Amino acid sequence: MDPFFIRDSFFQLLSGVPLTIELTVVGFLLGLVLAMLIALMRFSRSLPLRNAARSYVFVMRGTPLLVQMFLIYYGLGQFRPTFQSLGLWQFFREPYWCGILALSFNSAAYGSEVLRGALNSVSKREIEAARACGMSGVLLYRRIVLPIALRQALPAYGNELILMVKATSLVSTITMMEVTGIAARLISETYRPVEVFIAAGAIYFAINFLLTRAVSMLDWWLTPHFRGVPKSRQQERANV
Amino acid sequence: MELLHNFSFGPGGWGAALLAATLTTVAVAVCGFVIGGVIGALVAWAKLAERALLRFAADLYTTVLRSIPDLLVIYLFYFGGSLAVTQAVNFWGRDGFVGVPPFAAGAMAIGVVSGAYQAEVFRGAFRASSRGEIEAGKAVGMSGLLLFRRIIAPQVLRHALPGTGNVWQMVLKESALISVTGLVELLRQAQIAAGSTRKPFEFFLIAGAIFLAITWISQHVFSCFERRTGRYAAGGLY
Repeated sequence: MDPFFIRDSFFQLLSGVPLTIELTVVGFLLGLVLAMLIALMRFSRSLPLRNAARSYVFVMRGTPLLVQMFLIYYGLGQFRPTFQSLGLWQFFREPYWCGILALSFNSAAYGSEVLRGALNSVSKREIEAARACGMSGVLLYRRIVLPIALRQALPAYGNELILMVKATSLVSTITMMEVTGIAARLISETYRPVEVFIAAGAIYFAINFLLTRAVSMLDWWLTPHFRGVPKSRQQERANV
Repeated sequence: MELLHNFSFGPGGWGAALLAATLTTVAVAVCGFVIGGVIGALVAWAKLAERALLRFAADLYTTVLRSIPDLLVIYLFYFGGSLAVTQAVNFWGRDGFVGVPPFAAGAMAIGVVSGAYQAEVFRGAFRASSRGEIEAGKAVGMSGLLLFRRIIAPQVLRHALPGTGNVWQMVLKESALISVTGLVELLRQAQIAAGSTRKPFEFFLIAGAIFLAITWISQHVFSCFERRTGRYAAGGLY
């Protein structure tokens, strides 16, 4: 074990951090939008829509992400002429977009289940109250259902974010040089897996640590109604 | 017709190879799952221990391993394992390089990762199991291993079953990552076949379908177990 080598590889691995974070953020946001759509589809009145959403979740959660990524990156290459004639080949040629597509499609399936639970947890009474005030459709969702549901979903969705950070490591198998890609290259060049693992592990640990902190801060900020009575207020009450 | 020929079991078909690869996938996943179960039980025990140092070590293990990508852990075990074995062999006077079999490295890596998740499942299950029954067991004179075997383990396993099912699904899907070490499991076999036939789409699709079938079957097996073990559970959620 060589601490200087750990330090050197740490700095080399840092150059992959921007790509890891970029993939995480883009994949996560795209996944969130898709997850929202799928969750809403599961509450739709039309049976085909509900079934389509259910099968999507079943298939995406039942197969490994790596298989999905290979299917998109290597598998779709088979239809190159079709994509070229559609003008979409620039898109599917890039490992970056294929990686993002796989990451967000996969995360959408897991995320939609979280959101479904959260939408289920919105109490009927609040919806009825809103309807009684004359809200319906988009307004009802925007003002009542989504704020309650998203707040409910936040802790579980925070886990999705951590899983996304970890999942971005798989794009190294389709030639992208993010942190794990660089780590794999360093290991095969120097043959010192333990040192490289420590350096790369520290980077991932730090990213995930900061993200969990950020999520719990957001959760704290969004749930003032769960907090106890503030100190200053307690004083006031005592004085009365 | 050509498509069917690719997946046939006859000469020139990939059916037999895919079947063998499926068995490898299941075997490596089962080994990793069992290793993870043993590690998880030990770590859960450490988490519930009185000694602060043990608790700290167990918490460190679960937090760190749950925040590091599994691919990195697989690289560590595959390359690091080979390094350690080679060094050990060289120490005993033999020269040359000795590699760890990818199967063993992969099963260990998956076991170590899933152990961290399994530990949380077991810990929660132990918390949920009834204090009174443990005390009753002690009162009739059971202690140590007997108490564990007769009272604690059956309860914990029953409560842990749903969480364990989730970990198994995770392990099964993670086993696809072992393909990076060259172990010919389902995904690697699909890659080989795709390269040789230039039909990546079909072969990755079939690999995905086989994975889906395995996860679907195991889902049913686990819910069957849950019904069976829940038979005598008193009321409540069952």
